[in-house]
Amino acid sequence: MKTEMRFVAFGGQGIVLAGVILGEAAIADSNNAVQTQSYGPESRGGAAKSEVIISNDDIDYPMVVEADCLVALSQPGYDKYAAEVKPGGTLIVDQDLVDAGTPPEGRAFYSLPFAKTADRLGNRIVTNIVVLGSVCSITGVVSENNLAAAVESNVPEKFRELNQTAFSEGFKLGAEAVKLKAAGEK
Amino acid sequence: MKKRDVSTATDSKYRPARPFNREEFDRIRRILGGKVLFVQGDSAVSYGALLAGCRFFAGYPITPATETGEVLSQLLPRVGGVCIQMEDEIASVGAIIGASRAGTKAMTATSGPGFSLMQENIGYAAMTETPCVIVDVQRSGPSTGQPTEGAQGDIMQAKWGSHGDYELIALSPSTVQECLDLTIDAFNLSEKYSIPVILLTDGIIGHMREKVVLPEFDDVEIVWRKEPTRPKDEFQPFTDDGSQIPEVAIFGEGYHTYITGLTHSESGYPATDSQPDHHRLVKRLCDKIRNNRDKIIRVQRDYSDGGAGATGIVSYGVTSRSVNSAVKTLRQEGLKVDHLRIITNWPFPEKEVDELAGRVDRIIVPELNLGQVYHCVKEAAAGKAEIVPLWKTGGEMHVPRGIVELVKGRG
Repeated sequence: MKTEMRFVAFGGQGIVLAGVILGEAAIADSNNAVQTQSYGPESRGGAAKSEVIISNDDIDYPMVVEADCLVALSQPGYDKYAAEVKPGGTLIVDQDLVDAGTPPEGRAFYSLPFAKTADRLGNRIVTNIVVLGSVCSITGVVSENNLAAAVESNVPEKFRELNQTAFSEGFKLGAEAVKLKAAGEK
Repeated sequence: MKKRDVSTATDSKYRPARPFNREEFDRIRRILGGKVLFVQGDSAVSYGALLAGCRFFAGYPITPATETGEVLSQLLPRVGGVCIQMEDEIASVGAIIGASRAGTKAMTATSGPGFSLMQENIGYAAMTETPCVIVDVQRSGPSTGQPTEGAQGDIMQAKWGSHGDYELIALSPSTVQECLDLTIDAFNLSEKYSIPVILLTDGIIGHMREKVVLPEFDDVEIVWRKEPTRPKDEFQPFTDDGSQIPEVAIFGEGYHTYITGLTHSESGYPATDSQPDHHRLVKRLCDKIRNNRDKIIRVQRDYSDGGAGATGIVSYGVTSRSVNSAVKTLRQEGLKVDHLRIITNWPFPEKEVDELAGRVDRIIVPELNLGQVYHCVKEAAAGKAEIVPLWKTGGEMHVPRGIVELVKGRG
């Protein structure tokens, strides 16, 4: 079983760290994981991409070929990669940062207020952790416990509580969206 | 080589690299944290260096190699080592040569542009037979090229970058775990043969994070150089005891040791006007590697049952991962493929390639350059098989599908 995750955003939105944390959780789940990233020479504002492949087998080719899940926090990132999500896969976008138009058919689509939730918690910098919470409850690609622990070990002591709250808020956000979707499909 | 007790060699605080007991190894293990880590290739190189006993790093930051020095700048001071940011790359090699001669295992790390600048002193390390490790996290060139992208463009430079005749060893990891394991091997080989060893990683593996399992003391061999066996007044730094590998006396320990890039006699002093003396010296520099090639060279064979119609693939470094994936697909489709993965790029595994060429009709050589190992394979196969290149530059890996299609004849 292999899952290919792709995060796209502008540099500075924290998706490289999100990918690292997700990979760490996958390792703690006793799976294999590879995390790669690409970004321009500027540290903020350019296009950024972070990919994580999680598998219970060896991972040969370390790049995403066909994403099971795309997480987009930027319009150009969404426009570039939305069509490359495999049939039956999942698209997750920030509702205020991405105008998805008509999302590709045959894929689960979630548009959620990640940045707004982070703003409400007092600091937009935790948007990536809100995202991780939702990714966890929507995809189940890693266990909640190990992901929460990986979040904790990767953030500064001073902001631990804020990040823990961001993670649990994000988790709830995703879980409710999944429930709503299931209800809508019935 | 026998492991020695570190407790007899603590006269200098910067000399814990002289071997290396369980206690010292376990101390490093504790500092590195858990048994299983999720780290970048560049960090894994740093961890491998510390476990191998490296206590001196000198380098000049360059993407995508910077993290190796960054990690060591944090960890070396905690283990009694030294980390220096130098003014440039050639000075970095100068510093590690000095550190090594002063009795500490030493390393530098750079990328293509810096590797070019190091070549003069790499030749000096080869000529003076100084153990040291140079990490080249390859990126696209020529010149400054693509700083944040990976490539395999420095394979030939690793062997032929400095002038004159010499041999060195170059290793190519293809996983983050191997970045750690092969760094330990690189130190061992440099100590054993008294030469510079090049670790050829690339920007893709260097920045990729992957699972790494840290070895236990009993899992690894840690080699230390051959120290003088003769009394101080009889010692000569370049005497050949028959092994072709000289004893290495540490500066400051009372042995009369002189090293120079000039052609030298057994005493180490310049002796530049004798053809036989020069020939003997340079021949020995090459022969100490060539004559031990079977002990040095490592490859991985993933062969089918052979027979007519099998296709060979020779790969190395990060490209081996694309090939591994392609081989699985091809076998699922019933095709026969023999994959020879090169771990030791230099000395080149000619015998192993020749053996493969005898099994198959054609050999595909995928690389992230416009033809480097292709030429070595062609030479080694000597017409026994058709050699088909598969070249790519620009920072992206070979996609497995491209290799699959080439094998199936639709490439």
